[in-house]
Amino acid sequence: MFNNIVEIVVNHWPDFLEGVGMTLLMAMIAMSLGTFFGTILAFLKVYSNKFVVSIVSGFIEIIRGTPMLVQIFIFYFGLPVYGIRMTAFGACILGFIINSSAYQAEYTRGAIQSIEQNQMTAARSLGMTRNQSIFSVILPQTIKRAIPAWTNEFIYLLKYTSLAYIVGAEELMEKAKVIASRNFLFLKIGKETGNSWYGNRQIKKIASKQKLKKLLKKKEKLKNMKKVA
Amino acid sequence: MSENKHILRVENLRKSFGDNVVLKDVSFTMDKGETKVIIGPSGTGKSTLLTCINQLVKPDSGTIYLKDINVTKAEEMNKIRARIGFVFQDFGLFSHLTAMRNVMIGPVKVQKMNKEDAKNLAYEELKRVGLLEHADKYPAQLSGGQKQRVGIARALAMQPELILFDEPTSALDPELIGEVLAVMKDLADNKMTMLIVTHEMGFARTVSDEIIFMEDGVIVEQGTPEKLFKNPEHKRTGEFLFKLTELYGEGDE
Ligand SMILES: Nc1ncnc2c1ncn2[C@@H]1O[C@H](COP(=O)(O)OP(=O)(O)OP(=O)(O)O)[C@@H](O)[C@H]1O
Ligand SMILES: [Mg+2]
Repeated sequence: MFNNIVEIVVNHWPDFLEGVGMTLLMAMIAMSLGTFFGTILAFLKVYSNKFVVSIVSGFIEIIRGTPMLVQIFIFYFGLPVYGIRMTAFGACILGFIINSSAYQAEYTRGAIQSIEQNQMTAARSLGMTRNQSIFSVILPQTIKRAIPAWTNEFIYLLKYTSLAYIVGAEELMEKAKVIASRNFLFLKIGKETGNSWYGNRQIKKIASKQKLKKLLKKKEKLKNMKKVA
Repeated sequence: MSENKHILRVENLRKSFGDNVVLKDVSFTMDKGETKVIIGPSGTGKSTLLTCINQLVKPDSGTIYLKDINVTKAEEMNKIRARIGFVFQDFGLFSHLTAMRNVMIGPVKVQKMNKEDAKNLAYEELKRVGLLEHADKYPAQLSGGQKQRVGIARALAMQPELILFDEPTSALDPELIGEVLAVMKDLADNKMTMLIVTHEMGFARTVSDEIIFMEDGVIVEQGTPEKLFKNPEHKRTGEFLFKLTELYGEGDE
């Protein structure tokens, strides 16, 4: 068994590498954009007027309060209804970025608020503008304090990229599965298509549709249960 | 108004927070080179008064003049704040910057001084408060007394016309109070204009030109330390001074 795994890895290392690369790439894109937007959201939440604060908080709560998978399904299967079409990869990336933004907004807000109000007051007393105070006093400290949270976030994101396979982005888990299917013949795939990108797509499409159907059925059941109740 | 000899003139200042009337008609002046000490029970509005002067808190009514400028109506408040130093009870140092950079940041960001000049200036101010050898330390590496001296150096670097101190030694261990008071006394001797909220009676008595006794949002009495300690007009002043001296001692000055 162990030998088999080693053999598979050795024989298919370019595929694995590609999958690892894709996972890392997705996580890195999500991480950097998530950090960027999350920081903006956090500062808006702490320093802007009530109206903006309520919008930002609402957004963060909705994103944090719903499963990311559902959000990705909505982007991939729901948005085309409104004429917005995206690739599976795009839908996943979007989901990761938005989620990461919402979570990081909360970490960063915590970091901002852990910096004593007194430092803001001191900066303003020196004659610094609000923006100067935010950029040269609060922001640098926020970044320092948020680093441990970022490390965790990146690990989470790496795990989440495995989600991508459900709607079909090319990433590690999927690669592993495709390779497994080739070697152990879990699924009967034509020799020509099995190795091709198209083949991968088809499997994923079927898989994701089945997942969606399951989900919809569940929802239907719930609805019926509610009706009964 | 042509010539105004006062550096600071506070007239009929009022401030409430909701139903809580904190300042009720406060008026006083400060001349160049004067050191005045404000004393009074907790919750009397001493901090509120100081923060009204640099407009961190907006008064409800009354006027504040810094020389000829009406601070309460000023449009460029940041420029005025740059001319008024503020030293805080809990220091308010920027934790991500070294002592040197804490002192440099005001001149660089607010006065757009170039880094080299700001560094030289910060060097001078740190020397003045006796902290040259700690210039490259971060606030977390400094003792309370050293932190507060950095706070004073930071205020000084702006070349302020007036420095406001809000209980600068109240957060310090007793053995560290002296080094901060010594720096403040040195400033007073060099004719820096200072308005200081403090309970340090020894300092008030020997260093200040005048003591302002506040209670319940009004100035009950003001005068020279000599007069207030020996011959107060109001009974409350005498009682309060007696209590403070009992609590905090005469001080070493
Ligand atoms: N931002 C604020 N909002 C509401 N109330 C405030 C605010 N700042 C101060 N107060 C109230 O104003 C009153 C005066 O407070 P202030 O801090 O000026 O007193 P103080 O004389 O400095 O007292 P202490 O000696 O305790 O520092 C207090 O009752 C306080 O609760
Ligand atoms: Mg106070």
